[in-house]
Amino acid sequence: MTTSRDWPLYEVFIRARGGLDHKHVGSIHAVDARMAMEHARDVYTRRQEGVSIWVVRSSEIVASDPAEADAFFEPARDKVYRHPTFYDIPDEVKTL
Amino acid sequence: MDTATLEARFQARIDADERIEPKDWMPDAYRKALIRQMSQHAHSEIVGMLPEGNWITRAPTLKRKAILMAKVQDEGGHGAYLYSATETLGITRETLIEELLSGAAKYSSIFNYPTPTWADIGAIGWLVDGAAIMNQIPLCRCSYGPYARAMVRICKEESFHQRQGFDILLQLSRGTEAQRAMAQGALDRWWWPSLMMFGPPDADSKHSAQSMRWKVKRFSNDELRQRFIEFTVPQAQFLGLAVPQGEIDWNEFHEVLKGHGPCNHERLAARRRAHESGRWVREAALAYAGKQRDRERDQHREAV
Amino acid sequence: MSAAHGRTSHCVYVLRLADSNLVLAQRLGELIGHAPALEEDLGLANTALDLLGQARLLLTHAGKLEGRGRSEDDLAFLREEGEFLNATLVEQPNGDFGDTLARQFLFDAWQVELYERLAASGDPQLAAIAAKALKESRYHLRFSANWVVRLGDGTAESHERVQASLERLWPHTVELFDADAIDREMLAAGIGADLTAVRAGWQRRVDDTLAEATLARPADRPWRWYGKRGQHGEHLGRLLSQMQALHRAHPGARW
Repeated sequence: MTTSRDWPLYEVFIRARGGLDHKHVGSIHAVDARMAMEHARDVYTRRQEGVSIWVVRSSEIVASDPAEADAFFEPARDKVYRHPTFYDIPDEVKTL
Repeated sequence: MDTATLEARFQARIDADERIEPKDWMPDAYRKALIRQMSQHAHSEIVGMLPEGNWITRAPTLKRKAILMAKVQDEGGHGAYLYSATETLGITRETLIEELLSGAAKYSSIFNYPTPTWADIGAIGWLVDGAAIMNQIPLCRCSYGPYARAMVRICKEESFHQRQGFDILLQLSRGTEAQRAMAQGALDRWWWPSLMMFGPPDADSKHSAQSMRWKVKRFSNDELRQRFIEFTVPQAQFLGLAVPQGEIDWNEFHEVLKGHGPCNHERLAARRRAHESGRWVREAALAYAGKQRDRERDQHREAV
Repeated sequence: MSAAHGRTSHCVYVLRLADSNLVLAQRLGELIGHAPALEEDLGLANTALDLLGQARLLLTHAGKLEGRGRSEDDLAFLREEGEFLNATLVEQPNGDFGDTLARQFLFDAWQVELYERLAASGDPQLAAIAAKALKESRYHLRFSANWVVRLGDGTAESHERVQASLERLWPHTVELFDADAIDREMLAAGIGADLTAVRAGWQRRVDDTLAEATLARPADRPWRWYGKRGQHGEHLGRLLSQMQALHRAHPGARW
């Protein structure tokens, strides 16, 4: 009937408190989004770890390829002038 | 790039204390070793629910019942984190569980020992979880990212487990004569198996050297075992309990590992029963989700 | 009133609520480590922990109302079977997962309706417990109702199984809504809930979920053995003998 009798995998993201980003915490198995939400709650928030949960089918996540990491991320490395520490400001100048 | 170069580069990353992430290139042997170690760890958490679960219905006070329920549930949670981390290596939980139920995969032998008295629940928390923490803290820095992150989460929760175990024994040690005898009996039962949890002596440990090189293991079995003894002996003295004297019986270790411990059969049978009797439930949920998807598709078609 | 054992109606009323929570938590506790899927194990354990927490608060409150200095543990471990006032619904064995979840669903829907009203009870302690417990019970109901729908509208086998569970459990819901002298007295005193209103709300919830689950509501039949009067089947005695054995084997011991 079905190819796999295992429940599909969902990735779980939790916002620990208001003001923070959702952060990836792990995965759970569930048959649909509704069940995934319950499982995420029951598995990952037993100690008040969250105030908000996102779940997404693992197969829906598009990830960058580590083989392309150099092409993706190296070009930003030499642009040191984008960081405030690049500039020497005399001590006398305040609130800059 | 040829394999030798990839492997050299991989080892260089490990040596530089970089973390390896799921989509990174890794040697097959590293992947296999991790799957073996992590799934064994996950299975241990799940099977480990059983000896303590044995006392949930009989805990002597409601407070103890609540603590024990939360604790056994945590073990299930730890199993869930670890299966989740193992799945990032490209193997399904279904496969891992089949390997457990078929007897192909191992789990920690400690859970093949019985919990005949309430004091055993104290001893498991104090000694077994204590030994587990000692094994696990170094794993929070292990080279595989998802495993290290799961271990951070687990270690945070585990210290409550050890304390509640000690607290059980502390109460018993201050109690009636029968309660003190119960506590001593539990220490006598769990001392040697706890020491065996660190694995065979370094000289006989077949996976150790490679695991150390890959930083999925950071201290040797004997080092950790010695540290555990140094920590726990004074704690036993504080409880007024006598630590058993003698030597580890490695024959017993190997017998239990081979499946001939006092509860090997019951533990696997209980897991198989839960899995088998839950099959119709898991299938029903999948069938329901399938129907829901079809209904949503039909509704969508009608709408356009 | 043999069940009352000289207690006030107020105390008996709270004790009934406490006992239903305690006995159901005990039943769910039997399952931890044995559920059909790992996530379900954690979910049911969460429910069990909530119910046990509620039971402890209610037992402590009942002990104070009783005024004989008895603690939650005295009440849980040292009363006899006939003194337990839980609904017979919750002492029914776990059976298969369909039985467990059908029992849970019927109970959760009742508890949500009940707590919504008790949150406004004239007994401030009871009102505070109910307000806290209501949040927990709403989640329990979401969890159990979703499972009843999945099993009811899942496979032919699951449909048949959970329909049979409902039929078996249904008679045990009669006492949940049949107000006796204590319920009436507590309602009149502004402490208890109006069971007619509880029933109407419960039926709406149950009917909605059963419809979604393609399950049939079992026919109502009279049933006269009420746990809240101390009339239990054979299951409760075994449950208690297991729960109480260690505590009773060491009279006066501290744990």
